[in-house]
Amino acid sequence: MRFLPLVWASLFHKKTRLVLTLLSLTAAFMLFGLLQAVSVLFSSGADFVGANRLITQARVSFTQPLPLALLPRIEAIPGVARVAYSQFFGGIYIDERNFFPQFTVEPERLLDCYPEWKLPADQREAFIRTKTGAIVGRKLVEKYGFKIGDKIPLKSFIFTKKDGTRAWEWEVVGIFDGQDEDWAGRSNLMYLNYGHFDEARQFGQGSAGVYIIRVADPNESERIANDIDRQFENSPDETKTQTEKDWNLSFARQIGDIGLIVTAILGAVFFTILLVTGNTMSQAVRERIPEFAVLKTLGFSDGKVTALVLAEAFALCLIGGLIGMVLAVGAAKVVSGLLNGSPVVVQPVVWLQALATMVALAFAVGIFPALRARRLQIVDALAGR
Amino acid sequence: MPVPSAFPPPQYTLKPDPEPVMTALVSIRGVSKRYTRGKQTVEVLAKLDLDIASGDFLALMGPSGSGKTTLLNLIGGLDQPSDGEIRVNDKRIDQLSSNALAKWRARHVGFIFQFYNLLPVLTAEANVELPLLLTDLSKAQRKKAVAAALAVVGLSERATHKPNELSGGQQQRVAIARALVADPTLLVCDEPTGDLDRKTADEVLTLLQDLNRNYGKTIIMVTHDAKAAEYATHQLHMDKGALVVSGAAA
Repeated sequence: MRFLPLVWASLFHKKTRLVLTLLSLTAAFMLFGLLQAVSVLFSSGADFVGANRLITQARVSFTQPLPLALLPRIEAIPGVARVAYSQFFGGIYIDERNFFPQFTVEPERLLDCYPEWKLPADQREAFIRTKTGAIVGRKLVEKYGFKIGDKIPLKSFIFTKKDGTRAWEWEVVGIFDGQDEDWAGRSNLMYLNYGHFDEARQFGQGSAGVYIIRVADPNESERIANDIDRQFENSPDETKTQTEKDWNLSFARQIGDIGLIVTAILGAVFFTILLVTGNTMSQAVRERIPEFAVLKTLGFSDGKVTALVLAEAFALCLIGGLIGMVLAVGAAKVVSGLLNGSPVVVQPVVWLQALATMVALAFAVGIFPALRARRLQIVDALAGR
Repeated sequence: MPVPSAFPPPQYTLKPDPEPVMTALVSIRGVSKRYTRGKQTVEVLAKLDLDIASGDFLALMGPSGSGKTTLLNLIGGLDQPSDGEIRVNDKRIDQLSSNALAKWRARHVGFIFQFYNLLPVLTAEANVELPLLLTDLSKAQRKKAVAAALAVVGLSERATHKPNELSGGQQQRVAIARALVADPTLLVCDEPTGDLDRKTADEVLTLLQDLNRNYGKTIIMVTHDAKAAEYATHQLHMDKGALVVSGAAA
């Protein structure tokens, strides 16, 4: 502890360089904390705790539709409160840059399953009654200025109409909002009436992409999910039922092996940081060779001088790393919002990984300058040789 | 002004010592020092014999390359001789390992350099405290000892200043306080006034003389400056690695 002020003061040898190095370390560890938190989220197993909504898709892939004939059999499973079905529409509004998600749904069922969406009663009725009706989320309204009565042309890159065209037109009959800030943030989507869609499409009638199951008791979610999948085992339409959260994450998993991507990014980041910080430490020691010679002259042993340089490296990496991790906690909250409520949390295991990385990084960048300081000959160093 | 000891015993005091005992503190026998530079071997010191009495203030003079700094480095335990024997306070230091020599320096030698060699990021008091970090003294004891050492060199008011906020003379005084603070057996000074103007140099030399006369410190000083050498009690002249003249100063 008595050497701490000396180590601390040495860090400020070149203030600008210190700030720049700390910024690099902070940025690196913020990325580390955030990406590791995302990686932990994606690599975690199924979690049914507290899940009040399940998604059932075809076992093979969510791109393979399931027949609507499954609906009554799912509804018959004990504990199922309400079932909706949905088909991803894949429409482009005017220009490809204007892509936003649209789902064809049976209006009543959808709104029963998602009480989080708030829609005036008359607009709800209009959505149920209007075959070409659509409801748009508040965020889309803010972005595109949609209003009730608008006719919105969408060109689907998946579904053609019976007349061979891909141009669909939908009438805005309602504008929905989220029940709270979290749900309001997710309202950048559009629901289309399944009735018109199913009649007008050229292929795939009587099927939907997924079933959305609202369960009566969240504690029963895991059992209900297993019951549904067991129901259709060894049938032509085998299913895979997950919580809504896991299903959302599985979408992101389509990108590829998230863990590998995270490792690759962090590998590149830390290789760069190793060079930046390593160079800083080497330069700091090189410039202070006479000072280390003075310390040795005063009686500091080779071991103490080595320890001082290593302590400096540790202090540098710990300060930058801890600031970065604190920022990562804040960034994780932002990303949580972007991932539709999937909680990206910098968990204790990520903190431990970060601390271990700080220690390893500090050792890697500090050891060679420390050995250089250790080996210096006092007489040569004082003479500037 | 009594201050706590860095290395008890003996008890370190900065009390005046009016009659220093003149016994041999440093004993050098047959010391040679050779350096190898590329393919060449240069003999800087050749079979040198020398005794330095306890309580002496010795000025080592001579032209550049005469070996005086090399001799000083050997006495201060910064370097090891190629041959011969060096005893300080009856302890052979030429056979000590690097770590043992570091410990010995911390306990027995105070160093004063031409360019002060203070750590620029530390305040005057933190610079003075450095040798005490290697002792078992508590923070409070270290603080007391530092204050006493700064008082001896007349810089109590500048304790919290960093080196770049001090003049050359003041920096050298801080360096002297740092050399003194652990109550070393001898002070080793390499051109301590080489970077100072005449007036400031005289002030620093007067301070060294005071430390020798009134505090009984044994001082070995390398200098080119004949005027500086006059402050010493003895002068030794070196040339080509050998002692050529010795005598008492005025």
